[in-house]
Amino acid sequence: MREVAIIGVGMNKWGELWNKSLRDVFTEAALLAIDDAGVDHIDSMYVGCMSSGLFVGQEHLSSLLADYLGTNPIPAARIESACASGGLALRLGFIEVASGTSDIVLAGGVEKMTDVAVDGATFALSTAADQEYEVYHGITFPGLYAMMARAHMHKYGTTREQLAQVAVKNHHNGSMNPLAQFPQKVTVENVMKSVMIADPLRILDCSPITDGAAAAILCPMDLAKKITKKPLVKIIGSGNATDTIALHSRDDITEIGSTKVAGEKAFKMAGKKPENIDLAEVHDCFTIAEICVIEALGLVDKGKGGKATEDGLTALDGKIPINTSGGLKSKGHPVGATGVAQVCEVVKQLRGEAGDRQIKGAKVGLTQNMGGSGGSSVVHIMEVV
Amino acid sequence: MPSPRYWREIPQRYRLEASKCKGCGKVFFPPRLVCSSCKSREFEMVKLEREGKLITYTIIRVPPSQFTDQSPYAMGVVELNGGVKILSQIADCNLDKLEIGQKLRIEFRKIYNEGEAGIICYGYKCVPA
Repeated sequence: MREVAIIGVGMNKWGELWNKSLRDVFTEAALLAIDDAGVDHIDSMYVGCMSSGLFVGQEHLSSLLADYLGTNPIPAARIESACASGGLALRLGFIEVASGTSDIVLAGGVEKMTDVAVDGATFALSTAADQEYEVYHGITFPGLYAMMARAHMHKYGTTREQLAQVAVKNHHNGSMNPLAQFPQKVTVENVMKSVMIADPLRILDCSPITDGAAAAILCPMDLAKKITKKPLVKIIGSGNATDTIALHSRDDITEIGSTKVAGEKAFKMAGKKPENIDLAEVHDCFTIAEICVIEALGLVDKGKGGKATEDGLTALDGKIPINTSGGLKSKGHPVGATGVAQVCEVVKQLRGEAGDRQIKGAKVGLTQNMGGSGGSSVVHIMEVV
Repeated sequence: MPSPRYWREIPQRYRLEASKCKGCGKVFFPPRLVCSSCKSREFEMVKLEREGKLITYTIIRVPPSQFTDQSPYAMGVVELNGGVKILSQIADCNLDKLEIGQKLRIEFRKIYNEGEAGIICYGYKCVPA
Protein backbone atom coordinates (compact mmCIF):
# COMPACT_ATOMS: atom_id res chain seq x y z
CA MET A 1 0.00 0.00 0.00
CA ARG A 2 1.32 3.45 -0.91
CA GLU A 3 1.45 6.25 1.66
CA VAL A 4 -1.17 8.92 0.89
CA ALA A 5 -0.95 12.68 1.42
CA ILE A 6 -3.61 15.37 1.32
CA ILE A 7 -2.02 18.17 -0.71
CA GLY A 8 -4.97 20.49 -1.16
CA VAL A 9 -8.25 21.37 0.54
CA GLY A 10 -11.07 23.69 -0.43
CA MET A 11 -14.31 24.85 1.10
CA ASN A 12 -16.57 27.74 0.14
CA LYS A 13 -18.71 29.94 2.40
CA TRP A 14 -21.63 27.83 3.59
CA GLY A 15 -25.18 28.96 4.11
CA GLU A 16 -28.46 29.37 2.25
CA LEU A 17 -26.93 29.83 -1.20
CA TRP A 18 -30.08 30.59 -3.20
CA ASN A 19 -28.15 32.12 -6.09
CA LYS A 20 -25.93 29.07 -6.59
CA SER A 21 -26.73 25.68 -8.12
CA LEU A 22 -25.51 22.32 -6.82
CA ARG A 23 -23.03 22.07 -9.69
CA ASP A 24 -21.60 25.54 -9.00
CA VAL A 25 -21.38 25.04 -5.25
CA PHE A 26 -19.40 21.84 -5.80
CA THR A 27 -17.19 23.23 -8.56
CA GLU A 28 -16.23 26.26 -6.45
CA ALA A 29 -14.96 24.06 -3.62
CA ALA A 30 -13.25 21.65 -6.03
CA LEU A 31 -11.39 24.51 -7.73
CA LEU A 32 -10.28 25.89 -4.37
CA ALA A 33 -8.82 22.47 -3.51
CA ILE A 34 -7.15 22.12 -6.92
CA ASP A 35 -5.61 25.59 -6.56
CA ASP A 36 -4.52 24.87 -2.98
CA ALA A 37 -2.76 21.71 -4.17
CA GLY A 38 -1.27 23.39 -7.23
CA VAL A 39 -2.08 20.45 -9.52
CA ASP A 40 -2.84 20.88 -13.22
CA HIS A 41 -5.10 17.82 -13.50
CA ILE A 42 -6.84 15.10 -11.52
CA ASP A 43 -6.98 11.43 -12.44
CA SER A 44 -10.18 10.39 -10.70
CA MET A 45 -12.83 11.75 -8.36
CA TYR A 46 -15.25 10.67 -5.64
CA VAL A 47 -18.16 12.85 -4.57
CA GLY A 48 -20.12 12.30 -1.38
CA CYS A 49 -23.73 13.36 -1.64
CA MET A 50 -26.64 12.03 0.38
CA SER A 51 -29.73 12.93 -1.55
CA SER A 52 -29.42 15.23 -4.56
CA GLY A 53 -32.38 13.31 -6.01
CA LEU A 54 -34.73 14.42 -3.26
CA PHE A 55 -33.17 17.85 -2.65
CA VAL A 56 -32.83 19.04 -6.26
CA GLY A 57 -34.18 16.20 -8.41
CA GLN A 58 -30.73 15.47 -9.81
CA GLU A 59 -28.89 12.15 -9.76
CA HIS A 60 -25.95 11.00 -11.88
CA LEU A 61 -23.58 13.40 -10.12
CA SER A 62 -20.50 11.52 -11.34
CA SER A 63 -21.13 12.75 -14.86
CA LEU A 64 -22.56 16.16 -13.98
CA LEU A 65 -19.78 17.20 -11.61
CA ALA A 66 -16.87 15.84 -13.66
CA ASP A 67 -18.39 17.63 -16.67
CA TYR A 68 -18.72 21.01 -14.92
CA LEU A 69 -15.28 20.68 -13.33
CA GLY A 70 -13.96 20.29 -16.86
CA THR A 71 -12.42 16.91 -16.12
CA ASN A 72 -14.25 14.58 -18.57
CA PRO A 73 -13.52 11.76 -19.27
CA ILE A 74 -11.91 10.88 -15.91
CA PRO A 75 -13.53 8.16 -13.81
CA ALA A 76 -15.92 9.52 -11.17
CA ALA A 77 -18.18 8.00 -8.55
CA ARG A 78 -20.91 9.47 -6.36
CA ILE A 79 -20.82 7.94 -2.88
CA GLU A 80 -23.80 7.69 -0.52
CA SER A 81 -23.81 6.72 3.12
CA ALA A 82 -26.33 9.30 4.37
CA CYS A 83 -24.57 12.04 6.38
CA ALA A 84 -21.31 10.01 6.24
CA SER A 85 -21.17 10.26 2.43
CA GLY A 86 -18.33 12.79 2.43
CA GLY A 87 -16.15 10.83 4.83
CA LEU A 88 -16.72 7.69 2.82
CA ALA A 89 -15.84 9.49 -0.44
CA LEU A 90 -12.54 10.49 1.15
CA ARG A 91 -11.89 6.94 2.32
CA LEU A 92 -12.47 5.56 -1.17
CA GLY A 93 -10.18 8.22 -2.65
CA PHE A 94 -7.56 7.21 -0.06
CA ILE A 95 -7.92 3.53 -1.02
CA GLU A 96 -7.66 4.35 -4.73
CA VAL A 97 -4.41 6.26 -4.25
CA ALA A 98 -3.02 3.76 -1.73
CA SER A 99 -3.75 0.86 -4.09
CA GLY A 100 -1.85 2.48 -6.94
CA THR A 101 -4.89 2.66 -9.19
CA SER A 102 -4.73 6.47 -9.54
CA ASP A 103 -2.20 9.14 -8.58
CA ILE A 104 -4.13 12.39 -8.11
CA VAL A 105 -7.64 11.91 -6.74
CA LEU A 106 -10.20 14.54 -5.77
CA ALA A 107 -12.45 13.53 -2.87
CA GLY A 108 -15.30 15.95 -2.41
CA GLY A 109 -18.75 16.29 -0.96
CA VAL A 110 -21.76 18.46 -1.70
CA GLU A 111 -25.34 19.01 -0.61
CA LYS A 112 -27.80 21.60 -1.87
CA MET A 113 -30.57 21.51 0.73
CA THR A 114 -32.46 24.79 0.46
CA ASP A 115 -34.21 24.29 -2.89
CA VAL A 116 -36.94 22.41 -1.02
CA ALA A 117 -39.13 23.70 1.81
CA VAL A 118 -38.50 22.53 5.37
CA ASP A 119 -40.90 19.60 5.07
CA GLY A 120 -39.12 18.40 1.92
CA ALA A 121 -35.76 18.63 3.69
CA THR A 122 -37.14 16.78 6.74
CA PHE A 123 -38.36 14.00 4.45
CA ALA A 124 -35.09 13.77 2.51
CA LEU A 125 -33.09 13.56 5.75
CA SER A 126 -35.50 10.99 7.20
CA THR A 127 -34.51 8.56 4.45
CA ALA A 128 -31.33 7.95 6.47
CA ALA A 129 -33.53 6.19 9.05
CA ASP A 130 -35.57 2.99 8.59
CA GLN A 131 -38.55 4.11 6.49
CA GLU A 132 -40.80 1.19 7.44
CA TYR A 133 -40.06 0.80 11.17
CA GLU A 134 -38.96 4.25 12.31
CA VAL A 135 -40.18 6.99 9.95
CA TYR A 136 -43.58 5.31 9.34
CA HIS A 137 -44.40 5.78 13.01
CA GLY A 138 -43.72 9.53 13.04
CA ILE A 139 -40.11 9.88 14.18
CA THR A 140 -37.78 12.65 12.98
CA PHE A 141 -33.99 12.93 13.25
CA PRO A 142 -34.18 15.35 16.17
CA GLY A 143 -36.52 12.77 17.73
CA LEU A 144 -34.03 9.92 17.32
CA TYR A 145 -31.19 11.92 18.87
CA ALA A 146 -33.55 13.19 21.57
CA MET A 147 -34.13 9.57 22.60
CA MET A 148 -30.36 9.03 22.73
CA ALA A 149 -30.08 12.18 24.88
CA ARG A 150 -32.84 11.04 27.25
CA ALA A 151 -31.22 7.62 27.63
CA HIS A 152 -27.76 9.18 28.21
CA MET A 153 -29.13 11.55 30.84
CA HIS A 154 -30.92 8.65 32.57
CA LYS A 155 -27.94 6.27 32.48
CA TYR A 156 -25.04 8.63 33.16
CA GLY A 157 -26.59 11.71 34.74
CA THR A 158 -25.69 13.94 31.80
CA THR A 159 -27.43 17.28 32.31
CA ARG A 160 -29.45 19.54 30.02
CA GLU A 161 -26.85 22.28 30.67
CA GLN A 162 -24.03 20.01 29.51
CA LEU A 163 -25.82 19.48 26.20
CA ALA A 164 -26.14 23.25 25.86
CA GLN A 165 -22.43 23.68 26.56
CA VAL A 166 -21.61 21.68 23.42
CA ALA A 167 -23.52 24.27 21.36
CA VAL A 168 -21.93 27.19 23.24
CA LYS A 169 -18.41 25.82 22.61
CA ASN A 170 -18.98 25.04 18.94
CA HIS A 171 -20.57 28.41 18.17
CA HIS A 172 -17.65 30.06 19.99
CA ASN A 173 -15.22 28.17 17.73
CA GLY A 174 -17.35 28.89 14.67
CA SER A 175 -17.23 32.63 15.43
CA MET A 176 -13.59 32.45 14.31
CA ASN A 177 -14.40 30.59 11.10
CA PRO A 178 -15.21 33.01 8.26
CA LEU A 179 -16.81 30.18 6.25
CA ALA A 180 -19.32 29.19 8.95
CA GLN A 181 -23.05 29.49 8.29
CA PHE A 182 -23.91 30.57 11.87
CA PRO A 183 -20.82 32.24 13.36
CA GLN A 184 -22.94 33.89 16.08
CA LYS A 185 -21.96 33.07 19.65
CA VAL A 186 -24.68 31.62 21.87
CA THR A 187 -25.03 31.33 25.64
CA VAL A 188 -26.29 28.41 27.74
CA GLU A 189 -29.37 30.53 28.41
CA ASN A 190 -29.97 31.07 24.65
CA VAL A 191 -29.88 27.31 24.10
CA MET A 192 -32.04 26.46 27.12
CA LYS A 193 -34.70 28.99 26.10
CA SER A 194 -34.75 28.17 22.38
CA VAL A 195 -37.77 26.44 20.84
CA MET A 196 -38.33 22.82 21.84
CA ILE A 197 -38.13 20.48 18.84
CA ALA A 198 -38.11 17.00 20.39
CA ASP A 199 -37.75 16.88 24.19
CA PRO A 200 -35.14 17.36 25.53
CA LEU A 201 -33.57 18.81 22.35
CA ARG A 202 -34.19 22.43 21.38
CA ILE A 203 -33.50 24.21 18.12
CA LEU A 204 -30.05 25.34 19.29
CA ASP A 205 -29.13 21.70 19.97
CA CYS A 206 -29.63 20.97 16.26
CA SER A 207 -27.32 21.52 13.30
CA PRO A 208 -28.85 23.60 10.50
CA ILE A 209 -29.93 22.95 6.93
CA THR A 210 -27.11 24.15 4.69
CA ASP A 211 -25.93 24.47 1.10
CA GLY A 212 -22.23 23.80 0.75
CA ALA A 213 -19.37 21.74 -0.57
CA ALA A 214 -15.81 20.79 0.31
CA ALA A 215 -13.00 18.99 -1.49
CA ALA A 216 -9.57 17.51 -0.89
CA ILE A 217 -6.82 16.44 -3.27
CA LEU A 218 -5.02 13.19 -2.47
CA CYS A 219 -1.84 11.78 -3.98
CA PRO A 220 1.03 9.41 -3.08
CA MET A 221 3.58 10.82 -0.59
CA ASP A 222 6.42 10.58 -3.12
CA LEU A 223 4.53 12.67 -5.63
CA ALA A 224 3.30 15.10 -2.96
CA LYS A 225 6.88 16.10 -2.13
CA LYS A 226 7.38 17.14 -5.76
CA ILE A 227 4.08 18.99 -6.14
CA THR A 228 3.74 21.12 -3.00
CA LYS A 229 5.97 23.09 -0.65
CA LYS A 230 3.27 23.23 2.05
CA PRO A 231 3.57 21.01 5.15
CA LEU A 232 2.62 17.48 4.10
CA VAL A 233 -0.41 15.99 5.81
CA LYS A 234 -0.49 12.22 5.63
CA ILE A 235 -3.54 9.99 6.12
CA ILE A 236 -2.25 7.47 8.64
CA GLY A 237 -5.51 5.78 9.61
CA SER A 238 -8.86 5.11 7.99
CA GLY A 239 -11.79 3.16 9.40
CA ASN A 240 -15.36 2.54 8.30
CA ALA A 241 -18.04 0.54 10.11
CA THR A 242 -21.78 -0.04 10.13
CA ASP A 243 -24.47 -0.70 12.72
CA THR A 244 -28.22 -1.38 12.60
CA ILE A 245 -30.01 1.34 10.67
CA ALA A 246 -32.78 1.41 13.30
CA LEU A 247 -31.77 3.01 16.60
CA HIS A 248 -34.15 0.79 18.58
CA SER A 249 -32.42 -2.42 17.39
CA ARG A 250 -29.19 -1.60 19.24
CA ASP A 251 -28.23 -3.14 22.57
CA ASP A 252 -27.22 0.22 24.04
CA ILE A 253 -29.04 3.34 22.81
CA THR A 254 -26.32 5.58 24.29
CA GLU A 255 -23.40 3.99 22.44
CA ILE A 256 -22.52 4.68 18.80
CA GLY A 257 -21.10 1.28 17.94
CA SER A 258 -20.17 2.06 14.34
CA THR A 259 -17.98 4.96 15.51
CA LYS A 260 -16.38 2.78 18.17
CA VAL A 261 -15.42 0.12 15.60
CA ALA A 262 -14.39 2.58 12.86
CA GLY A 263 -12.28 4.43 15.44
CA GLU A 264 -10.57 1.25 16.62
CA LYS A 265 -9.72 0.36 13.02
CA ALA A 266 -8.33 3.82 12.30
CA PHE A 267 -6.29 3.92 15.52
CA LYS A 268 -4.86 0.47 14.78
CA MET A 269 -3.86 1.41 11.24
CA ALA A 270 -2.33 4.68 12.46
CA GLY A 271 -0.48 3.08 15.36
CA LYS A 272 -1.92 5.79 17.60
CA LYS A 273 -4.03 5.92 20.74
CA PRO A 274 -6.76 8.41 21.69
CA GLU A 275 -4.28 10.27 23.92
CA ASN A 276 -2.08 10.95 20.85
CA ILE A 277 -4.81 13.03 19.17
CA ASP A 278 -4.25 16.80 19.28
CA LEU A 279 -7.67 17.79 17.93
CA ALA A 280 -10.77 16.15 16.47
CA GLU A 281 -13.59 17.19 14.19
CA VAL A 282 -16.62 15.07 15.07
CA HIS A 283 -20.19 14.72 13.85
CA ASP A 284 -22.18 17.04 16.15
CA CYS A 285 -25.41 16.94 14.14
CA PHE A 286 -27.03 17.35 17.56
CA THR A 287 -25.35 18.34 20.82
CA ILE A 288 -25.85 14.84 22.27
CA ALA A 289 -24.13 13.34 19.22
CA GLU A 290 -20.81 15.03 20.10
CA ILE A 291 -21.03 13.66 23.63
CA CYS A 292 -21.72 10.10 22.47
CA VAL A 293 -19.07 10.27 19.74
CA ILE A 294 -16.16 11.48 21.89
CA GLU A 295 -16.99 8.61 24.26
CA ALA A 296 -17.14 6.06 21.41
CA LEU A 297 -13.75 7.23 20.14
CA GLY A 298 -12.22 6.84 23.59
CA LEU A 299 -11.28 10.54 23.72
CA VAL A 300 -13.13 10.71 27.05
CA ASP A 301 -14.39 7.95 29.36
CA LYS A 302 -17.76 6.35 28.69
CA GLY A 303 -20.54 8.37 30.26
CA LYS A 304 -18.25 11.35 30.88
CA GLY A 305 -18.75 13.24 27.61
CA GLY A 306 -21.10 15.78 29.17
CA LYS A 307 -18.85 16.35 32.19
CA ALA A 308 -15.77 16.68 29.94
CA THR A 309 -17.57 19.40 27.97
CA GLU A 310 -18.65 21.19 31.13
CA ASP A 311 -15.09 21.07 32.47
CA GLY A 312 -13.69 22.62 29.27
CA LEU A 313 -11.66 19.56 28.24
CA THR A 314 -13.04 19.82 24.69
CA ALA A 315 -12.63 23.61 24.34
CA LEU A 316 -10.01 25.24 22.10
CA ASP A 317 -7.64 25.49 25.05
CA GLY A 318 -8.69 22.15 26.54
CA LYS A 319 -6.95 18.81 26.70
CA ILE A 320 -8.60 17.56 23.52
CA PRO A 321 -10.13 20.37 21.41
CA ILE A 322 -13.26 19.14 19.61
CA ASN A 323 -14.75 20.83 16.56
CA THR A 324 -12.38 23.76 16.25
CA SER A 325 -14.14 24.67 12.98
CA GLY A 326 -17.43 25.26 14.80
CA GLY A 327 -18.61 21.77 13.96
CA LEU A 328 -21.82 20.97 12.17
CA LYS A 329 -23.63 23.14 14.72
CA SER A 330 -22.06 26.45 13.73
CA LYS A 331 -20.28 25.80 10.44
CA GLY A 332 -23.39 24.19 8.95
CA HIS A 333 -24.28 20.68 7.83
CA PRO A 334 -24.68 20.18 4.07
CA VAL A 335 -24.85 16.47 4.75
CA GLY A 336 -22.77 15.06 1.88
CA ALA A 337 -20.08 17.74 2.30
CA THR A 338 -19.63 17.52 6.06
CA GLY A 339 -17.17 14.61 6.17
CA VAL A 340 -14.83 16.30 3.70
CA ALA A 341 -15.09 19.69 5.42
CA GLN A 342 -13.97 18.05 8.66
CA VAL A 343 -10.82 16.91 6.84
CA CYS A 344 -10.31 20.44 5.45
CA GLU A 345 -10.30 21.79 9.01
CA VAL A 346 -7.85 19.19 10.29
CA VAL A 347 -5.50 19.80 7.35
CA LYS A 348 -5.63 23.58 7.98
CA GLN A 349 -4.90 23.00 11.67
CA LEU A 350 -2.01 20.61 10.99
CA ARG A 351 -0.50 23.06 8.51
CA GLY A 352 -0.86 25.90 11.02
CA GLU A 353 -3.29 27.82 8.80
CA ALA A 354 -6.35 27.90 11.07
CA GLY A 355 -6.12 31.57 12.04
CA ASP A 356 -7.61 32.64 15.39
CA ARG A 357 -8.78 29.12 16.16
CA GLN A 358 -5.34 27.54 15.57
CA ILE A 359 -4.32 24.81 18.02
CA LYS A 360 -0.62 25.51 18.59
CA GLY A 361 1.69 22.67 17.68
CA ALA A 362 -1.05 20.35 16.43
CA LYS A 363 0.55 17.28 14.84
CA VAL A 364 -2.16 14.61 14.78
CA GLY A 365 -5.84 15.20 14.01
CA LEU A 366 -8.90 12.97 13.74
CA THR A 367 -12.18 13.23 11.85
CA GLN A 368 -15.36 11.28 12.59
CA ASN A 369 -18.33 11.41 10.24
CA MET A 370 -21.51 9.38 10.68
CA GLY A 371 -24.69 8.53 8.86
CA GLY A 372 -28.21 8.59 10.27
CA SER A 373 -28.45 7.83 13.97
CA GLY A 374 -25.06 6.09 13.76
CA GLY A 375 -25.83 3.35 11.23
CA SER A 376 -22.52 4.11 9.53
CA SER A 377 -19.32 5.87 10.58
CA VAL A 378 -16.05 6.86 8.96
CA VAL A 379 -12.96 7.86 10.96
CA HIS A 380 -9.70 9.25 9.62
CA ILE A 381 -6.47 10.09 11.41
CA MET A 382 -4.00 12.51 9.85
CA GLU A 383 -0.48 13.53 10.80
CA VAL A 384 1.69 16.35 9.56
CA VAL A 385 5.17 15.15 8.56
CA MET B 1 -47.74 5.31 -0.48
CA PRO B 2 -48.06 2.75 -3.28
CA SER B 3 -50.48 0.06 -2.08
CA PRO B 4 -48.09 -2.93 -2.55
CA ARG B 5 -45.60 -1.23 -0.22
CA TYR B 6 -48.31 -0.83 2.42
CA TRP B 7 -49.81 -4.27 1.86
CA ARG B 8 -46.59 -6.24 2.20
CA GLU B 9 -45.89 -4.87 5.71
CA ILE B 10 -49.38 -5.82 6.98
CA PRO B 11 -48.26 -9.07 8.66
CA GLN B 12 -45.96 -7.01 10.89
CA ARG B 13 -48.08 -3.88 11.38
CA TYR B 14 -51.42 -5.60 11.96
CA ARG B 15 -50.43 -9.00 13.33
CA LEU B 16 -46.98 -8.40 14.88
CA GLU B 17 -45.45 -11.32 13.02
CA ALA B 18 -41.75 -11.79 13.80
CA SER B 19 -39.26 -14.49 12.92
CA LYS B 20 -37.42 -16.73 15.37
CA CYS B 21 -34.07 -18.13 14.27
CA LYS B 22 -34.03 -21.92 14.32
CA GLY B 23 -30.28 -21.84 14.86
CA CYS B 24 -29.92 -19.64 17.94
CA GLY B 25 -33.45 -18.68 18.95
CA LYS B 26 -33.04 -14.92 18.40
CA VAL B 27 -36.30 -13.18 17.47
CA PHE B 28 -36.26 -10.58 14.68
CA PHE B 29 -38.84 -7.89 14.03
CA PRO B 30 -39.32 -7.35 11.17
CA PRO B 31 -38.40 -10.84 9.91
CA ARG B 32 -35.08 -11.33 8.11
CA LEU B 33 -33.67 -13.79 5.61
CA VAL B 34 -30.45 -14.39 7.52
CA CYS B 35 -29.72 -14.31 11.23
CA SER B 36 -27.30 -11.55 12.18
CA SER B 37 -26.09 -13.60 15.16
CA CYS B 38 -25.56 -17.18 13.91
CA LYS B 39 -26.04 -16.70 10.11
CA SER B 40 -28.74 -19.40 9.98
CA ARG B 41 -31.31 -18.98 7.20
CA GLU B 42 -33.99 -21.08 8.89
CA PHE B 43 -36.74 -19.28 10.79
CA GLU B 44 -40.16 -19.94 12.24
CA MET B 45 -42.92 -17.33 12.51
CA VAL B 46 -43.72 -16.13 16.02
CA LYS B 47 -45.89 -13.29 17.31
CA LEU B 48 -44.39 -10.44 19.30
CA GLU B 49 -45.21 -10.19 22.99
CA ARG B 50 -47.69 -7.34 23.47
CA GLU B 51 -46.33 -6.01 26.76
CA GLY B 52 -43.06 -4.37 27.62
CA LYS B 53 -41.32 -1.39 29.17
CA LEU B 54 -40.16 2.04 28.05
CA ILE B 55 -36.40 2.28 27.35
CA THR B 56 -36.25 5.94 26.24
CA TYR B 57 -38.66 8.49 24.80
CA THR B 58 -39.16 11.94 23.31
CA ILE B 59 -42.03 14.31 22.60
CA ILE B 60 -42.20 15.24 18.92
CA ARG B 61 -43.17 18.92 18.66
CA VAL B 62 -42.09 19.51 15.04
CA PRO B 63 -43.58 16.53 13.19
CA PRO B 64 -43.48 15.35 9.59
CA SER B 65 -46.46 16.88 7.73
CA GLN B 66 -48.61 13.73 7.84
CA PHE B 67 -48.46 13.79 11.65
CA THR B 68 -49.27 17.49 12.14
CA ASP B 69 -52.78 16.80 13.44
CA GLN B 70 -51.38 14.57 16.23
CA SER B 71 -48.59 16.90 17.44
CA PRO B 72 -47.28 17.03 20.08
CA TYR B 73 -47.01 13.28 20.56
CA ALA B 74 -44.74 10.92 22.46
CA MET B 75 -42.52 8.32 20.83
CA GLY B 76 -40.38 5.75 22.55
CA VAL B 77 -38.18 2.72 22.25
CA VAL B 78 -40.07 -0.12 23.90
CA GLU B 79 -38.51 -3.40 24.97
CA LEU B 80 -41.18 -6.06 24.72
CA ASN B 81 -41.19 -9.10 26.98
CA GLY B 82 -38.82 -11.56 25.34
CA GLY B 83 -36.33 -8.82 24.46
CA VAL B 84 -37.40 -7.48 21.04
CA LYS B 85 -37.26 -3.68 20.89
CA ILE B 86 -39.58 -1.56 18.74
CA LEU B 87 -40.09 2.12 18.12
CA SER B 88 -43.65 3.36 18.40
CA GLN B 89 -45.84 6.22 19.46
CA ILE B 90 -46.91 6.24 23.10
CA ALA B 91 -50.61 7.09 22.92
CA ASP B 92 -53.19 7.92 25.59
CA CYS B 93 -50.49 9.12 27.98
CA ASN B 94 -49.79 12.28 29.97
CA LEU B 95 -46.81 13.76 28.09
CA ASP B 96 -45.41 15.17 31.34
CA LYS B 97 -45.55 11.89 33.21
CA LEU B 98 -43.69 9.43 31.01
CA GLU B 99 -40.96 7.53 32.81
CA ILE B 100 -38.18 5.28 31.63
CA GLY B 101 -39.02 1.75 32.82
CA GLN B 102 -42.79 2.22 32.85
CA LYS B 103 -44.97 -0.66 31.66
CA LEU B 104 -46.62 -0.37 28.25
CA ARG B 105 -48.73 -2.58 26.01
CA ILE B 106 -49.30 -2.64 22.27
CA GLU B 107 -52.62 -1.65 20.72
CA PHE B 108 -53.78 -1.58 17.11
CA ARG B 109 -54.24 2.04 16.02
CA LYS B 110 -54.44 4.39 13.07
CA ILE B 111 -50.93 5.78 12.42
CA TYR B 112 -51.76 8.56 9.93
CA ASN B 113 -54.01 9.60 7.08
CA GLU B 114 -52.48 10.14 3.69
CA GLY B 115 -55.28 12.58 2.79
CA GLU B 116 -58.30 12.43 0.50
CA ALA B 117 -56.75 10.29 -2.23
CA GLY B 118 -54.43 8.19 -0.10
CA ILE B 119 -54.40 5.26 2.27
CA ILE B 120 -55.40 5.34 5.93
CA CYS B 121 -52.29 3.82 7.48
CA TYR B 122 -52.68 1.52 10.47
CA GLY B 123 -50.29 -0.23 12.78
CA TYR B 124 -49.22 -0.55 16.40
CA LYS B 125 -48.91 2.07 19.11
CA CYS B 126 -48.09 1.55 22.77
CA VAL B 127 -50.24 2.76 25.65
CA PRO B 128 -49.58 2.78 29.40
CA ALA B 129 -50.36 -0.69 30.80
